[in-house]
Amino acid sequence: MPEKVSGEGLDRRSFVTGVVGLMGGIIAAVIGLPALGYLLAPALKNTASDEWVPLGPLEGVPIDQPTLFSFTRVKQVGWERNAASYGVYVIRGSDGSLSILSNICTHLSCRVSWKDENQDYVCPCHDGHFGKDGAVLSGPPPRPLDRFEHRVDEAGTLLIHLVEG
Amino acid sequence: MRTRVLGWLDERMGLTAIYHSVLDRKVPKVNWAFTLGSASLFLAVTQGLTGIFLMVYYVPHPDQAYESVNYITHDVAFGWLIRGIHHWGATLMVVVVFLHMLRTFFYAAYKYPREITWLTGVLLLLITLGMGFTGYLLPWNQRAYWATTVGTSIAGTVPFLGPFIESALRGGSDLSALTLARFFSAHIWTLPAALAGLIGIHLYLVIRLGISHIPAEDE
Repeated sequence: MPEKVSGEGLDRRSFVTGVVGLMGGIIAAVIGLPALGYLLAPALKNTASDEWVPLGPLEGVPIDQPTLFSFTRVKQVGWERNAASYGVYVIRGSDGSLSILSNICTHLSCRVSWKDENQDYVCPCHDGHFGKDGAVLSGPPPRPLDRFEHRVDEAGTLLIHLVEG
Repeated sequence: MRTRVLGWLDERMGLTAIYHSVLDRKVPKVNWAFTLGSASLFLAVTQGLTGIFLMVYYVPHPDQAYESVNYITHDVAFGWLIRGIHHWGATLMVVVVFLHMLRTFFYAAYKYPREITWLTGVLLLLITLGMGFTGYLLPWNQRAYWATTVGTSIAGTVPFLGPFIESALRGGSDLSALTLARFFSAHIWTLPAALAGLIGIHLYLVIRLGISHIPAEDE
């Protein structure tokens, strides 16, 4: 048997090296991809939700005064059912207009709160300030507070459209 | 390029010397029973890696241990596979390490100058059993709970010291959150750390002394 099969430019040694490399690559993929899938499983899970959440009767909400409404949604997270809490500010104008602002700061997701004395929303994390209509007054937030689509049903209950994921 | 990088590293780290002393050792003509040590090492590494992966989701709390194991098995991608490898690998490791000990015993490989290799090997077998015992409780299902009740009760039958050993293992008079927590910490820290250290000594001695030949009839 000849030591080398030449003429094709591929000798036995480089053929074996190539096959070993190829097999090693296949084995690494067979082990590595499931391992990656295992680690990333919760992140790859589809958690999208789209629902109308009732906040309560619109009657009685003060005029021209941002009012915080809190509610919780139960979510399945991993092996647990968690209650996630939400807060929205309802601003009822004297002209009958209505706006619903999220209390999540648009900078890095801390929660803002309405300060009566300064007539603005303040984010405690990085001193972001928003006006009554949600517009940025000062600080690092890149855009106004998010608004929710809303409607009032026949019974006078205010509902907001909560879309996630 | 590749040879230059390797040469640069070799000059500073002595990689070739390590390579030659670890992989180019002279070995006597032996049989397949001499692969049991490598098989044990492979299983130990596999258990370590799959264990690290299980840790990502497992929670050692009586309220959540069972649920988190259930989640790994049924909801996480390939969770069933990783848990399965860890579960069956544990059993296989006990078997293989035990066979490795039998081979060493029957070929009289524990004799001079390999006594310390043998002693560390005995400790490694005991730690392997300890890993099996502590790991068995962690899923916190009925079988785990009662197996550990029985296992710790057996430890309680030791003369004089028995009741003390039993409550030290359980962290109290009965199985509780304390039992789960101490078994968990033993399973993922104390025993693996001891295992890794002893494997280091064991392998160093194997490399330093070489492996023994199969005894001839007149020996």
